[in-house]
Amino acid sequence: MKERSLYADLAWLPVPPADFNARCAKLLTHADPSREIRSLAAYALDDNKLNRLAGAIASARSNRFSLASLTPFRLGVIGSGTLDFVIPALISSAARHGVALECVKGQYDQFLQEAVSATSTISTANCDAVLIALDYRSLPLDSPPADAEAGRRAVAAALDLISAIRAGIRSNARAVSIVQTFPAPPETLLGSFDRILPGSPRFALDALNQQLSASIPGSQDILLDVATLAETVGLAEWYSPSQWNMAKLPFSNTFLPLYAEHVARILAALRGKSRRCLVLDLDNTLWGGVVGDDGVEGIKIAQGDAVGEAYLAVQRLALALRARGIVLAVSSKNSDETARAPFQQHPEMLLRQDHFAVFQANWSDKASNIRAIAEELSIGLESLVFLDDNPMERGLVRQALPDVAVPELPEDPALFARTLAAGGYFEAVAISSEDLRRVSSYDDNARRVALRSAATDVDAYLALLDMQITFQPFDEIGRARITQLINKSNQFNLTSRRYTEAEVLAVASNPGCFALQVRLADRFGDNGMISVVICRPMSLEPGKERCWEIDTWLMSCRVLGRKVEQMVLAEVLRHARAAGIDYLLGRYRPSNRNGMVRDHYQKLGFTRRGERDGDTEWLLTTDTAVAEQPMTVCRAGFDVHAEPRRAAVAAELAGAQGCRD
Amino acid sequence: MTNEEIYQELTIIFRDVFCDDELQLEPELCAADVSGWDSLRHVRLILTVERKFNQRFPASKVAELKNVSELVALIRSSPCLDT
Repeated sequence: MKERSLYADLAWLPVPPADFNARCAKLLTHADPSREIRSLAAYALDDNKLNRLAGAIASARSNRFSLASLTPFRLGVIGSGTLDFVIPALISSAARHGVALECVKGQYDQFLQEAVSATSTISTANCDAVLIALDYRSLPLDSPPADAEAGRRAVAAALDLISAIRAGIRSNARAVSIVQTFPAPPETLLGSFDRILPGSPRFALDALNQQLSASIPGSQDILLDVATLAETVGLAEWYSPSQWNMAKLPFSNTFLPLYAEHVARILAALRGKSRRCLVLDLDNTLWGGVVGDDGVEGIKIAQGDAVGEAYLAVQRLALALRARGIVLAVSSKNSDETARAPFQQHPEMLLRQDHFAVFQANWSDKASNIRAIAEELSIGLESLVFLDDNPMERGLVRQALPDVAVPELPEDPALFARTLAAGGYFEAVAISSEDLRRVSSYDDNARRVALRSAATDVDAYLALLDMQITFQPFDEIGRARITQLINKSNQFNLTSRRYTEAEVLAVASNPGCFALQVRLADRFGDNGMISVVICRPMSLEPGKERCWEIDTWLMSCRVLGRKVEQMVLAEVLRHARAAGIDYLLGRYRPSNRNGMVRDHYQKLGFTRRGERDGDTEWLLTTDTAVAEQPMTVCRAGFDVHAEPRRAAVAAELAGAQGCRD
Repeated sequence: MTNEEIYQELTIIFRDVFCDDELQLEPELCAADVSGWDSLRHVRLILTVERKFNQRFPASKVAELKNVSELVALIRSSPCLDT
């Protein structure tokens, strides 16, 4: 699949689902279609899908459906060239930002007339704002080359024209103007010299854009910086000679969704809908690696390291947003202590704890945590943006909290900062001293907030993930990774027993031992091997001779909260029963890293048996039933003779001591 | 691409551009046959075809198109752009 282009494809927005067209068609079956409209608009829509959604919205309007949850806005559109495609794109893009947009189009190329006549369509339409979508080809900018005075007069004439339009809109339409800057055409006459040659389009448009921008503060009008937008995607891409010739399209249709999105952001900002808080994940979002496994020394955040630099860029962007009045918060799946450690100890971290108003690091689901953050800050969910590298977490939060903006992120962290910036969630049309003060008014003490009980239906989301779990015995292919997991896992590790590769081989060859390697795949991809279990036969006590001690149980923290533990237990029980085993003995050996699994066996229904040498011991009978979980099970490589062999070993032990290394 | 593949892609494109998921493509299909196929819709259609097939059609070739089969022929005979 071709990689999405960040700007042309609005790659910070998720790809539309296969049933997008069908959902548009069924829009009127909703009592209040506005929620569904906003949901459909939240995807990365191309010009045809924007058009289709706009048609569905129009249909809802004409059938007198109330668009209750959207804020109304009426926008006049005047300008040069063909603007017919722009209108439906604006309507759908505005819905993405919670705005129910009505557009009134001025007559073709009649931008001045529409503005200065008191009886024109635009002047009598009760517009809230008028978009002046002028193209540079409509401006009286021609002047002889190298004539500085003539050049100045030409720029002044262009500025006067625009000022007259704005004045007309102000007094006739009684609306604010959205004023566009002008991208220069990519065709130069004298190359680099154009920039300093009066009379060249580059020289004239530079001067015009500068004077236009200077005229905005102090006026009521708003700037739409199309010049920067066009430069961002490339002037040669922005302007299409063939599309201008064919249909007088002022800019390439490829960028219609991008243009409409930028106008929509202005409308949203005018209606006070800019977002104000950025919630950040930590592992692999603010630094490379997982601090719980790699330790503070092991995370990648160093300057001069290609991976570390990418994450520093995200931190820098967060700091810059904070300076502008955006509140920062953390939502991380880590113990609180582990999560705070890099902020306290790592010298290269740019973000520190006191940059955050709220700091949520725990093992609960992120939707509940984000809800708690919003409540604590007394802001609505629609004021939040959530940044997380993990598509599974992004999907959960989008599902549970549709009002929170969750940008898609590419695989490569080098593009995280750019993608967040491209999402434009915090765009403003003004910056006030209140904005700049806001951050300190939230008292950045990086506080923890207790979670309310209940709330997120994680199970429903898990069922949508198409999870597939694969159980295999230890084998040669997996041995290196098994050994790596055994030695690397610190947090979700019940006993922290370490094995060399030779020792792993010994386990695999021991007919009495039962060992499991577990893989997990879901609709976002293959997570690879995520869990390892080793069971050894032992005799517990007279009357309880056929027992497996769970010598090793570890799991990657990346798949926490997905019921993998329950599936693994079910699989172990299945094999235990087949081998004639009656009891499982679980052991928890506390370390300074594995506090999170202290209650692991209790949660799985084991009974606490007692303490021995600082470890807690837990018991479960193998006839215990484990609830079904929403994932499909695959098994491979299990030897049909294995269980009878294990049963034979167990029988041998029935009269002997338990064997332990 | 085979003719069949081109027709399959074009059917999706036509349905998207005309917002009609029942639309069936025939080689003889032309503007007169489909309601809403005006000049603006035609522009949308051509631009979408260019984007999906990664081609660019000179204005002269576009002006000559009379029906779907000629559009298919144009797609077949045009080179793909560098990505």
